[in-house]
Amino acid sequence: MDENGVVDQELFPKELTDQKLVDMLSYMLFTRALDAKMLSLQRQGRAATYAPSIGEEATQIGSALAMNQGDLFVPNFRQHGVYLARGMPLDVLFLYWKGYEEGGAIPKEVGGFPYIVPVASQLPHGAGIALAQKYLKTGKAVVAYVGDGGTSEGNFYETMNFAGVMAIPLVIIIENNQWAISVPRSSQSAAQTLAQKGIAAGIKVLQVDGNDVIAVYKAVHEAINDAVNNVPSVLECVTYRMSMHTTADDPTKYRDPAEVEIWKKRDPIDRLRKLLVAKGVWDDKKEADAAEEFKKRIDDGVEKAEKFVPNPESMFTNVYSYMPQVLQEELDEAKASGFYMKQEGEG
Amino acid sequence: MMTNMVGALNSALDIILNENKNAVVFGEDVGKDGGVFRVTDGLQAKYSSERVFDTPLAESVILGASIGMAMSGMFPIPEIQFAGFMYMGFDQLINHAARYRSRSRGRFTVPMIVRTPVSGGVRTLEHHSDSPEVYYSHVGGLVVVEPSNPYDAKGLMIRASHMQDPVIFLEPTKLYRLFKQEVPEESYEVEIGKANVVKEGQKLSIITYGTMVPVVKEVVEKKAIDAEIIDLRTINPLDEETILNSVKKTGRAMIVHEAQLSFGAGAEIAARIAEKAIFELDAPVMRVASDSLPYPFPGYENFYIPNAIKVSKAIDKMMSQ
Ligand SMILES: Cc1ncc(C[n+]2csc(CCOP(=O)(O)OP(=O)(O)O)c2C)c(N)n1
Ligand SMILES: [Mg+2]
Repeated sequence: MDENGVVDQELFPKELTDQKLVDMLSYMLFTRALDAKMLSLQRQGRAATYAPSIGEEATQIGSALAMNQGDLFVPNFRQHGVYLARGMPLDVLFLYWKGYEEGGAIPKEVGGFPYIVPVASQLPHGAGIALAQKYLKTGKAVVAYVGDGGTSEGNFYETMNFAGVMAIPLVIIIENNQWAISVPRSSQSAAQTLAQKGIAAGIKVLQVDGNDVIAVYKAVHEAINDAVNNVPSVLECVTYRMSMHTTADDPTKYRDPAEVEIWKKRDPIDRLRKLLVAKGVWDDKKEADAAEEFKKRIDDGVEKAEKFVPNPESMFTNVYSYMPQVLQEELDEAKASGFYMKQEGEG
Repeated sequence: MMTNMVGALNSALDIILNENKNAVVFGEDVGKDGGVFRVTDGLQAKYSSERVFDTPLAESVILGASIGMAMSGMFPIPEIQFAGFMYMGFDQLINHAARYRSRSRGRFTVPMIVRTPVSGGVRTLEHHSDSPEVYYSHVGGLVVVEPSNPYDAKGLMIRASHMQDPVIFLEPTKLYRLFKQEVPEESYEVEIGKANVVKEGQKLSIITYGTMVPVVKEVVEKKAIDAEIIDLRTINPLDEETILNSVKKTGRAMIVHEAQLSFGAGAEIAARIAEKAIFELDAPVMRVASDSLPYPFPGYENFYIPNAIKVSKAIDKMMSQ
């Protein structure tokens, strides 16, 4: 699909019904609405530092919807759209970004693992999860995400190499958004593409337009089919970080705004919208109704998350499978002192 | 000049780059961006991208390459964006930076300064708030420094640049911009390996460092207690002499740090006091630290980091003994 939403019919995956395309657009819009809400909550001090996914929705939604029921995913810190498309309860997601470990208690049916912050360190877990699927004969694939910057880490190379040797059902998706905080893709690697890093590991490689949700869907769908036949792969999705790295970042310090303008014209949402409008299955009314519904779901999630009362005792009771006596003593002391919080009436 | 710790460190790096033509500053986002905390702001513009540069996102090679540069006549000053990401290069520090001198009987040395922000209290995501000083202290061979104010930060860094050792330079995030202080424009050194007696006192010795220094100062002031406050500044090797002299004088010792209680620096200090000054104590040694569990998510951190109330209660308990 090109920037005007015109599709190459020969390449178009036949299983993509109009309804499935509408789902894709809906989840992409939902993800963008979530980002907008998170940025506003963060500004109001109601959320911790947040990494928006604006501009990267096609990579996230295309890949999430290509997964089969029961497939597993391993994100870094930016795949909010993947969580949404896999049915993550919004209040749980908000709890993470409000700064509570309870946000990591992801319901099993989502099939996702918690957000991981140390760049690329989640990839070896993906390899292990994939090895377990093979060993336990579940028939499921594992999709693990990493950024362009993350492909410089040893963990990235080690995981690809391991996957190749072990022939495990793993798909690594490089969400190449062109920037690693202030470092552009060109300064991250002298390799012509990031996908080609997988060639030396003997796994399948592919580079796709990460702003074309149909292309991403198709590539991931095929990669998953290969994966369950024990052919791992790495897939580079070329997309763009349209916003800041995180709410703690100021891109005007290092990035030419003209570059952002160019990528705005390639907005993944606009593209799919054009196609669906041309097909006659999407219009302003449908978009307004969808926006209304997302707003309601997001607001409900925020409301529920904001009712959450943190229980500091949970810090102590979730460290080991049993309560060691020395930790119990620390807990007792903390509790006896009200966790050293200021009491009413104290100065 | 009146400056905060960020300004003081920036000034120290400026002086080092100017003085030592083989010194280089590098890491993730240290160039144009000036570092995520702006400690290296303006240095690339001033010294060129040959001497102040961004690296690929890969801590193991940042630290391993630093070791190679250090052994080859350069003076590397790598920045690791947060202490929680230094573990990616832990192997290089523990297996190599700490050992080249001894494995070659001094033929190869690793003069460098590894800078990284540490500790919490500023509501950041997971892994941005660790206090890892004992990991690096335990191996032996790494000098571990942690300033608690702008003046010490600049002086310690310049001192480190004149040494022949790998120095792990821990910068408390919370103190980066917490307060300003008068700091000389020019070059000066603060001794490494020497603790600072911040306040003299007769009744109790409080040994602390990093983020806990301002907390302890505040409590001692508020309670108007005759306590001696010792800011370690160098965690490894420990300035045992200053600690023991103080404890022998006051008869009471309390250690306060933000890192976890179990197996922390407090344990090492308490053991040394027990070995060498136990008969001069009027009360058991006390430790005030974070609970013995990994640093929590930001929503819980205020229940975790030792605060003024916790320190104050500990002092009450100690003085009643
Ligand atoms: C091991 C490690 N080093 C440094 C950081 C700090 N950091 C967080 S995100 C980031 C850039 C990541 O870039 P990329 O992999 O392209 O992912 P993106 O943020 O663009 O999605 C850096 C340096 C980190 N989280 N983990
Ligand atoms: Mg990136």
